[in-house]
Amino acid sequence: MRPLAYARVSTVEEAVETVTAAPGSAFLAGGTTEVDLIRLGIARPGLLVDINDLPLTGVEDLPGGGLLIGALARMSDVARAPEVAGRYPGVSRALLLGASQQLRNMASMGGNLCQRVRCAYFRDGLSPCNKREPGTGCSALDGLNRGHAILGTSEHCIATHPSDVAVALAAFDAVVRTSGPGGARRIPIDDFYLLPGDTPERENPLAHGELITAIELPPAGIARRSIYLKFRDRESYEFALVSVCAALSVRDGIVAEARLALGGVGTKPWRARHAEARLTGAPATAESYAAAAAAELAGAAVRRHNAFKVELARRAIVRGLTLAARGGAR
Amino acid sequence: MGIDLSAEAAPRRRTTVRGPSDEPVVLTVNGTEHAVNLEPRVSLLDALRDRLALTGSKKGCDQGTCGACTVWVDGRRVLACLTLAITCEGRQVTTIEGLTTDGELHPMQRAFIEHDAFQCGYCTPGQIMSAVALIEEGNAGTDQDIAEFMSGNLCRCAAYPGIRAAIRDVRDARAPEPGATGDGG
Ligand SMILES: Cc1cc2nc3c(=O)[nH]c(=O)nc-3n(C[C@H](O)[C@H](O)[C@H](O)COP(=O)(O)OP(=O)(O)OC[C@H]3O[C@@H](n4cnc5c(N)ncnc54)[C@H](O)[C@@H]3O)c2cc1C
Ligand code: SF4
Ligand code: FES
Ligand code: FES
Repeated sequence: MRPLAYARVSTVEEAVETVTAAPGSAFLAGGTTEVDLIRLGIARPGLLVDINDLPLTGVEDLPGGGLLIGALARMSDVARAPEVAGRYPGVSRALLLGASQQLRNMASMGGNLCQRVRCAYFRDGLSPCNKREPGTGCSALDGLNRGHAILGTSEHCIATHPSDVAVALAAFDAVVRTSGPGGARRIPIDDFYLLPGDTPERENPLAHGELITAIELPPAGIARRSIYLKFRDRESYEFALVSVCAALSVRDGIVAEARLALGGVGTKPWRARHAEARLTGAPATAESYAAAAAAELAGAAVRRHNAFKVELARRAIVRGLTLAARGGAR
Repeated sequence: MGIDLSAEAAPRRRTTVRGPSDEPVVLTVNGTEHAVNLEPRVSLLDALRDRLALTGSKKGCDQGTCGACTVWVDGRRVLACLTLAITCEGRQVTTIEGLTTDGELHPMQRAFIEHDAFQCGYCTPGQIMSAVALIEEGNAGTDQDIAEFMSGNLCRCAAYPGIRAAIRDVRDARAPEPGATGDGG
């Protein structure tokens, strides 16, 4: 592990200033991504700025029934916060199905949004990888790509975005609040994640030194009965092959409103807007759910080892919507 | 708790940058303060094992994937391999060595022995630190909860049935209402 300097900061202003002033520096929250990547030699900050003393750990009510989740609130605490579990069960469930309890006790919400991809070629530090070393090529295109994305890919990168909670946050139009050298911003989560295109090294629009301070969840009555399902190679402590966050509001057998987002299949947390458009006004039946899944997955681009994800995603969407129509629980 | 954006901690203090070479660091482990010199890059796990000779915490993967290094920081179970030691200044670290009181094994340690909850024993300190915390968290209500909330501790010898039996025993000896559900499951 390369040597590094360390500073602990106590205010947002100090955090932003310290990182902004040092080009090779990075924020340190729970460290579950950052320390791992430093040890692997993939992240190389000269200075780590520890933000764990910042007073950003709360979960607070917003007018109208929304929530403001502090960037340093830990995954485990947010998952069991009554406001989150009650109003956005899909978010709570997505958190609980991610990582392990030890990691959830460490990992912050802001860090979660910024976690890096789990692509083995990115992590090995050696293989050609456009994300790690722009211009070197993408080893996954013709390599072992079973876990890789089928939506939102480019010829330059097909890595899946690994966050579970970001999928649920995408379903409910979360907004990322930041404070940076240029002032404060509010970034809708869909704009927070960038498609790889020909700049896969750039994953979000944060400037150097720009700190996520909180995540806003706008009021959404529909979210009260949301579900999150995760399918993976083992039952627990594993990243998703496919995951689904879904919520439906059904009146007289007709879908009045639908929210659907997918994990494990997209290069970013995937809000399934084509599927939602198909569902709205359609009868709440398995046929409609299948048609919605087909509409979303029509654009899937598969590689040698990940074609199975299309069928897995189709079934996961149908199951997720069926459960959501029944009022959720899981 | 709270989300506070103000720079209320006025007057502004100058940010102290420490390292990259050795820095004096005070670590509070199992109630005892230890003054050590550490580079900021040193993990809590390496500090415990190599500097403080507390070798109970094990290194399985050094990547957060196995749970062998599980310790408590301020009473919460975390992974010592992904924690930098210097970030633990001012916090309480508890390791497997800190579980015994006056040479008496913790009930969870005794239950592990009674239930043969290990073979090689390499994962055991991490399992026990997780298991005690699991019950404290209220996440040991059902077998399903135990399986889910212990999934961060892998056992290459597959002693899982014994581990779960030990946890059930300690839970039932403590809690008057077995079967109460935790926050997940
Ligand atoms: C073995 C393992 C399994 C995992 N499984 C899952 C899983 O199933 N599902 C899942 O969703 N995740 C999973 N994770 C990922 C984990 O959730 C993330 O590593 C974690 O959420 C990152 O948060 P952190 O606080 O530890 O971030 P850190 O590691 O401290 O930081 C991560 C990055 O974000 C930056 N950063 C941190 N906070 C801020 C902020 N407030 N503003 C701006 N930048 C910031 C840091 O500079 C760094 O670049 C797993 C991780 C491991 C190691
Ligand atoms: S998929 Fe992306 S992260 Fe993986 S090797 Fe290709 S460019 Fe790198
Ligand atoms: S050594 Fe820390 S999780 Fe494996
Ligand atoms: S007892 Fe051998 S790894 Fe668990």
